[in-house]
Amino acid sequence: MLMNSILSTMIWLPILAGVVLLFIGDGDQRKHNIIRYLSLSASIVTLLLGIWLYFEFDNTTHSMQFIEQATWIASLNIEYYLGVDGISVPLILLTVFITPFVVASSWDVIKVRPAQYFAAFLILEGLMIGVFSALDAILFYVFWEAMLVPMFLIIGIWGGERRVYATLKFFLYTFLGSVLMLVSFIYLYGQTANFNLLSFMAAPLSLLEQQLIFIALLLAFAVKVPMWPVHTWLPDAHVEAPTGGSVILAAIMLKMGGYGFIRLSMPITPDASEYFSFMMIVLSLIAVTYIGFVALMQKDMKKLIAYSSIAHMGFVTLGFFIVWSFSTTTEGALGVTGAMVQMISHGLISGAMFLCVGVLYDRMHSREIAAYGGVANTMPVFAAFMVLFSMANAGLPGTSGFVGEFMVILASFKANIWYGFLAATTLILGAAYTLWMVKRVLYGEVANDNVAKLTDLNDREFYILGALAISVLMVGIWPAPMIDVMSATIEQLMLQISETKIVGVDL
Amino acid sequence: MDMQTLVLASAEIFLLTMICVVLVVDLFVTDQNRTITFGLSLASLVGTGFLVLSNTPATTQYLFDGSYVSDPLAGLLKMASIVMVGIGFIYSRSYLIQSKLMKGEFFLLSLFGLLGILIMISANSLLIMYLGLETLALSLYALVAFERNSRDAAESAMKYFILGAIASGSLLYGISWVYGVTGAIEFNEIATAIANDPSLNSLPLWFGVSFMIVGIAFKFGAVPFHMWLPDVYQGARTPVTLFIATAPKLAAFALIYRVLVDGLGDLHASWQAIIMIISLLSMVLGNIVAIAQTNIKRMLGYSAIGHVGFIFAGIFTGSQIGYSAALFYSLTYVLMAAGAFGLVIILSDQKEAESLEDFKGLGQRNPWLAMLMLFIMLGMAGIPPWVGFFAKLTIINTVVEAGFTWFAIVMVLSSVIGAFYYLRVIWYMYFEKAVNTKAINMGKDIGLVASLNGLLILGLGIFPAALMQYCLSVIN
Repeated sequence: MLMNSILSTMIWLPILAGVVLLFIGDGDQRKHNIIRYLSLSASIVTLLLGIWLYFEFDNTTHSMQFIEQATWIASLNIEYYLGVDGISVPLILLTVFITPFVVASSWDVIKVRPAQYFAAFLILEGLMIGVFSALDAILFYVFWEAMLVPMFLIIGIWGGERRVYATLKFFLYTFLGSVLMLVSFIYLYGQTANFNLLSFMAAPLSLLEQQLIFIALLLAFAVKVPMWPVHTWLPDAHVEAPTGGSVILAAIMLKMGGYGFIRLSMPITPDASEYFSFMMIVLSLIAVTYIGFVALMQKDMKKLIAYSSIAHMGFVTLGFFIVWSFSTTTEGALGVTGAMVQMISHGLISGAMFLCVGVLYDRMHSREIAAYGGVANTMPVFAAFMVLFSMANAGLPGTSGFVGEFMVILASFKANIWYGFLAATTLILGAAYTLWMVKRVLYGEVANDNVAKLTDLNDREFYILGALAISVLMVGIWPAPMIDVMSATIEQLMLQISETKIVGVDL
Repeated sequence: MDMQTLVLASAEIFLLTMICVVLVVDLFVTDQNRTITFGLSLASLVGTGFLVLSNTPATTQYLFDGSYVSDPLAGLLKMASIVMVGIGFIYSRSYLIQSKLMKGEFFLLSLFGLLGILIMISANSLLIMYLGLETLALSLYALVAFERNSRDAAESAMKYFILGAIASGSLLYGISWVYGVTGAIEFNEIATAIANDPSLNSLPLWFGVSFMIVGIAFKFGAVPFHMWLPDVYQGARTPVTLFIATAPKLAAFALIYRVLVDGLGDLHASWQAIIMIISLLSMVLGNIVAIAQTNIKRMLGYSAIGHVGFIFAGIFTGSQIGYSAALFYSLTYVLMAAGAFGLVIILSDQKEAESLEDFKGLGQRNPWLAMLMLFIMLGMAGIPPWVGFFAKLTIINTVVEAGFTWFAIVMVLSSVIGAFYYLRVIWYMYFEKAVNTKAINMGKDIGLVASLNGLLILGLGIFPAALMQYCLSVIN
């Protein structure tokens, strides 16, 4: 029975646990413990279900698996329709993998309203899994928008000084981006008479229709990724969010944008995607290069990582839209696979980087690079981890950061030498801004008394960072298990987008 | 007049009788025992509701020589209005006692207003419609001025009365033209007359219809006939505002549906543009001006104008699904409005909690109430999975289906603007420290009603199908 409803279980279990936490409420130490252990166990059970999903998943086929389908709103033909393929499974795994770390990293840091804090993260986890597994457009939209609410509260309640500004900007920016997506879903409903994403993909559309739908979807996904020039909400949100919020935001929520492109934009509007592919490539390259320079100049560690995220996500969109520069599908598949790997890898690395900053922030209550210096002298174990993650962020071979970037750069060189050249600058820029930060924060003389008083990682922090370090190295050294999951689906996608959907006369 | 007629109109007859009973009983009740009036009023609502529930026919029935209609649509709207008034009474009781306004007049005037609403909902002739409208309007004028020593209340009542009288005059003038052209005052006969003689569909009739639309738009508070609404919402005591913001909106829906669809459906091409412009202006202006408000009642007033724009958008498409979407929107909107004003009433203690500041730190003071308010605000903003989203979805869907995709884009953009001021309430509740840290005491009944109200907004959002289907079936 569980087999048939594993996706529903993974969505609703954390949400229910979150609701239970809200009812338990805050109180004395005993209650506090109940809350923490309950949320940790809920997230770990979800993780175990995710692992089981991975092993039960059939790599050889591109069709949707673990399908659940039931009527939800009959009068509008809206269904509760879930299913996963090779694109969604890795992202779901990322989600269930990161959430326990977020819970653990907040273990005794959150003093204000901890029940609501943990509840928000668990509810968020369920909603994110929902986004990755929804196959009905309205269901997808419901999860997509509902996700904003816990994040809005997380940044607003537990955030830094300018949290209200940051969280309102985050909410309104993403809300503005996504409402037009809703209109385009309703327009497609007018064409197909249902909200089934698979039938949207099959619906014939004229070029003009496709272009308008593409732009509507682009607004939603570009804001989420975020692409230059609609990225400005991200540094603010990251800087003001509590550590856990930053981790979820960088590791998973940004991936929603990439997922949107590959799940919706490319298959539903393939001709428009081809039409706009040059623009998308240019925007991606601007993100990679220009934002790389911007990151170099940051004085705030979280802001630096936020800009580095934008640059790295540029690789994702580059990998997706470079597909149309090739005549054969195998090279296109290389770019898309690279982009997918980059999403997973960036999820792990950026999550780990924000956790590292969180470790420092919990001790010193400062995110300024200038407030640190010589941390390696007092926190050697921590320094080792941070150097590893920074290297991964810079794309060192052997770490996960290398695999995705390398595949995308390779595909770019095959497409056009200048694309490849500009994309490859990230190897220099990424190394420059990350390692320069590491140098200023970790190395040198002990800068001040506060740094001198720092204590190294406690057990909890050690295991969190250790597990992430292992996973970063695993994906870097042996990415095959992950790529195998995707390959059948990506091949099918290549076939799907190479066929035009234009029929009949233009509008 | 046969027995059948009396049965179908029994709810109204019962309510009128009970109003007389309450009126007499209240004369002999001292201020300390005013709860008797309260209880009796609630009992009359329960009785009326029961009669509506048991006597709503499955098909349309005309009574009193065709001037009165009883159909499932009327049953639904009446039931919802009665529930809204009942919720309003429960929310208001301790507030009225605290502010020494626990008078029989409040309940009497509300019940009279409800009687007017029921008559409007079931009216099948222009004159009966007008009769119901005036019964409602006169009760509302008096209710707004109910606190006699308050200058604000007197001012807004005066404003409401004068503008309302002009609107009623305009409606009546329009009615006379429509009657003059078609020679009929019953809605179905007007429709027949126009269908039989298409030459009637010409300038004189359009002229009359325009005047009627002015009257209708005024009752809804749609732009550009909205000026009274924010002032009245702010000036009236919150229980009165709650009343004005809920049940009369359902009556206004009945008004627009009976007149424009039942009566003048064939003229759809003529009135479509007017309704569309009113809808557009209401959405945009309501949502933009609401941003500038610091008084929550006034803010909710402008927000109501914005919501009316959405209801009108469902009407102008001229399709069955459009009307049912507008009905669904009206029903869910009044549910949210009742909750919002209910919470303002709960937070009021000695003085009105009408400033946004009064919501500061509610997340700490009372997490449960704050969560309910969160549901209401997100519902109004149209964020899924709260029911407001599905209300907007159905409306946008009909607008796109009617071929007005550009209009749908304006709609979603205006709801993004709207999201800001709803989020601001959440911001004050959760992100700010409480100014007033006094615990909120409220009766069990109020807490229960508020909880049901808030949870219903979430519950209907997760399971909207049944109500949506029902709205569709009563419109067909």
